[in-house]
Amino acid sequence: MMLSIQPAFALTTGLLVLLFLGLLFWPQKGLFAIWSVGKVNTQRVLLEDALKFLFDSEYKGIPIRLNGFAGYLHISTDKATRLVESLRAMGLVQSKEDLLKLTDAGRSYALRIIRVHRIWERYLADETGVANKEWHGKADLQEHRMSLEAADMLAAQIGNPVFDPHGDPIPSSRGELPAFTGKPLSALKEGELARIVHIEDEPGAIYAQILALGLYPGMQIYIMDVSDDRIQFAANGEECVLTPLFASNITVESLAEREPLKEKFAPLSTLRLGESAEIKGISPSCRGQQRRRLMDLGVVPGALIRAAFASATGDPVAYQVMGATVAIRKSQADLIFIKPVLTPN
Amino acid sequence: MEDNKEKVGSDAILSLANNLRWDLGVNLHDTVIESIYEDASRIARKAVNKEGDPATYSLEQRIDQLVTSRWLGFPLMFLLLALVFWLTVAGANVPSGLLADLLVDTFHPMLKNAASSLGAPWWLSGVLIDGAYLSMAWVISVMLPPMAIFFPLFTLLEDLGYLPRVAFNMDSLFRKAGAHGKQALTLSMGFGCNAAGVIAARVIDSPRERLIAIITNNFSLCNGRWPTQILIASIFIGGAAPSYLAGVISAGAVVGIAVLGIGFSLAVSWGLSQTVLKGEASAFSLELPPYRPPRIWQALYTSLIDRTVFVLWRAVVFAIPAGIVIWVVANIEINSLSLAGHFIHWANPFALIFGLNGVILLAYIIAIPANEIVIPTVLMLTVVSAGMSGVGEGTGVMFELESVQDTAGILQAGGWTLLTGINLMLFSLLHNPCSTTIYTIYKETKSLKWTAVATFLPIVLGFAVCFFVTQFWRLLAG
Repeated sequence: MMLSIQPAFALTTGLLVLLFLGLLFWPQKGLFAIWSVGKVNTQRVLLEDALKFLFDSEYKGIPIRLNGFAGYLHISTDKATRLVESLRAMGLVQSKEDLLKLTDAGRSYALRIIRVHRIWERYLADETGVANKEWHGKADLQEHRMSLEAADMLAAQIGNPVFDPHGDPIPSSRGELPAFTGKPLSALKEGELARIVHIEDEPGAIYAQILALGLYPGMQIYIMDVSDDRIQFAANGEECVLTPLFASNITVESLAEREPLKEKFAPLSTLRLGESAEIKGISPSCRGQQRRRLMDLGVVPGALIRAAFASATGDPVAYQVMGATVAIRKSQADLIFIKPVLTPN
Repeated sequence: MEDNKEKVGSDAILSLANNLRWDLGVNLHDTVIESIYEDASRIARKAVNKEGDPATYSLEQRIDQLVTSRWLGFPLMFLLLALVFWLTVAGANVPSGLLADLLVDTFHPMLKNAASSLGAPWWLSGVLIDGAYLSMAWVISVMLPPMAIFFPLFTLLEDLGYLPRVAFNMDSLFRKAGAHGKQALTLSMGFGCNAAGVIAARVIDSPRERLIAIITNNFSLCNGRWPTQILIASIFIGGAAPSYLAGVISAGAVVGIAVLGIGFSLAVSWGLSQTVLKGEASAFSLELPPYRPPRIWQALYTSLIDRTVFVLWRAVVFAIPAGIVIWVVANIEINSLSLAGHFIHWANPFALIFGLNGVILLAYIIAIPANEIVIPTVLMLTVVSAGMSGVGEGTGVMFELESVQDTAGILQAGGWTLLTGINLMLFSLLHNPCSTTIYTIYKETKSLKWTAVATFLPIVLGFAVCFFVTQFWRLLAG
């Protein structure tokens, strides 16, 4: 009786159903994903983003005028004026001529948002497998959804962190934040030693390129040469060159006189089978569980490691470390720094 | 008042402590841990003298180089695993037959006779003996022998230290699917029993990869499904081929289904790791322990008690109520048609779109405790719904026939075609896990959400695959 349905018709229907489901549930681009993002109240989001921006500028000592404000939030000047109006009506912002300033209430509101944002970034970095390029975007959504109480509970679970993964301080639950001490990398002079404290995650294209160079907060850098159009520096023994525009997206903290790391460390993945090396460190971009796991296995600075044999496909490779044989994938071995030693035969 | 003061005081100290932490820098935690490890290893290097045994060490190295070599690594692995499966299948036949003789062919009639001589009403002996007892006896006789052979063999390989090398060799394939090399082990274990495969996923300590291994384990064609595949393949696929090729082709079809299962396992792993499981934490680690002579008695004990008896017990617990349900749906009549008959009539049009039939759907619903009883249930339901007489053991009593021809006769009388056979083989691979496995998944993940995903994902895939196969078949066949 059912055989009266034409197979061609059934197939078309089936394909349409698949297409429809794909349209609904496709990750990130599907209607479901878009709907769940759009669920947040856009007016409140705009307001909170504005407060965040005002606070950030104030923290870095940059005066804000209405024009820059509208430009940053990607809204028209008209809309920005109305936004400032409502912020002022709520007692969150003061304005003198076109210079904008946060009130105490506005500052504490902004700090709450920033706290949630940075705790969430830290959580994503340490406890989940979310890629580092996605931390900021996800935290930008989460900051408008999560209550301060929930953020406090999360912070307690992950050991009350005081820095987010970009190196920014997380405001305390009482709304305190340390004084801003950093300066842009572009302001450093030849021969200076500094530590990266923050890599600005906006604009995304510049952030991605800085990440691709392997730079991360906490890394020591040594300025080798500065000219008008390029800054040459050594980071972890590796030579890097940036234009001043890119360098201004990196905030650094000057370090007292100390011998810079002149040695160049090779990644473990370059160790040939049968050779040994001393482990010098694990890259900070290897975080959370993965990092703890490697340390548990004996991958710690000072330990000797020997590349024993490769798997049938060449990756992973088995290494002998601290009397055990452990398999390490190439992507992990790239993040472990070594100093080759001569093997006594 | 006093209290309050103290509170203020402690708050101020806490806040000061918190502010001081900012001055310590970003990497304090790591620096502390690393320096502790560093100190420990320096002290150890000074204090510990290693008495090496270079002979065993170099032998071990030579074995490692052999089993992980580019050319020999994979062939060796396939040979060893094939040997394990062959031993399981070949070795289980005789004890399975003996158990079935004892529990099904001897005890069952004995119990029936005893019940009738005691004057028990027909429905009581039906529910208890034809339903609960028979389904339990069936599960034990089909499940116990292969498990009692497969698990010890597998445990021996594990104990020997060979299995971690398999994971090591297979890692690059599984890494591409977003999974862990150890999933090769849980997948192989799944060929023995999915519930045991799910438990075996404990060896994967990275949360994301472990969930992937658990959810996709059902795509390993388990012991309980091999007999179904072999029977259906020899009836329908072997039957469609020229007789001198029938054996080879039907065996090829069964192996093809198993390989298709591995393909689904990898594809679904990839899909999950790219979508719903993208954010779960992930950390690869794989230790390659030294080879050692297996502790045979210990391996036997742990594999028999921890794996075989454990899984069998769960299966029996689920089989008893299911046996009762099976008997009831075949025997309780409304408007002179059994409940099973009502369902089959109602589900037939729907099932035909997917190239299946109402009997198959009902069998997969009520035989959820064990894939082993799907075929006996299908045969019983076919006889009941087609109103055949002279075959089987009576209404609501599961049965199997000695001869493949007779089984084929019943199925063909029930309206089965080559297409139904192929779809049943596909559906047997791609349907919800048995209740034992579902319960085990819940126990292991402690999450209703992932249990639901693991349960419904394969069945949705199964319906989709059967649908497209059926409709393409009809399009091409005209």
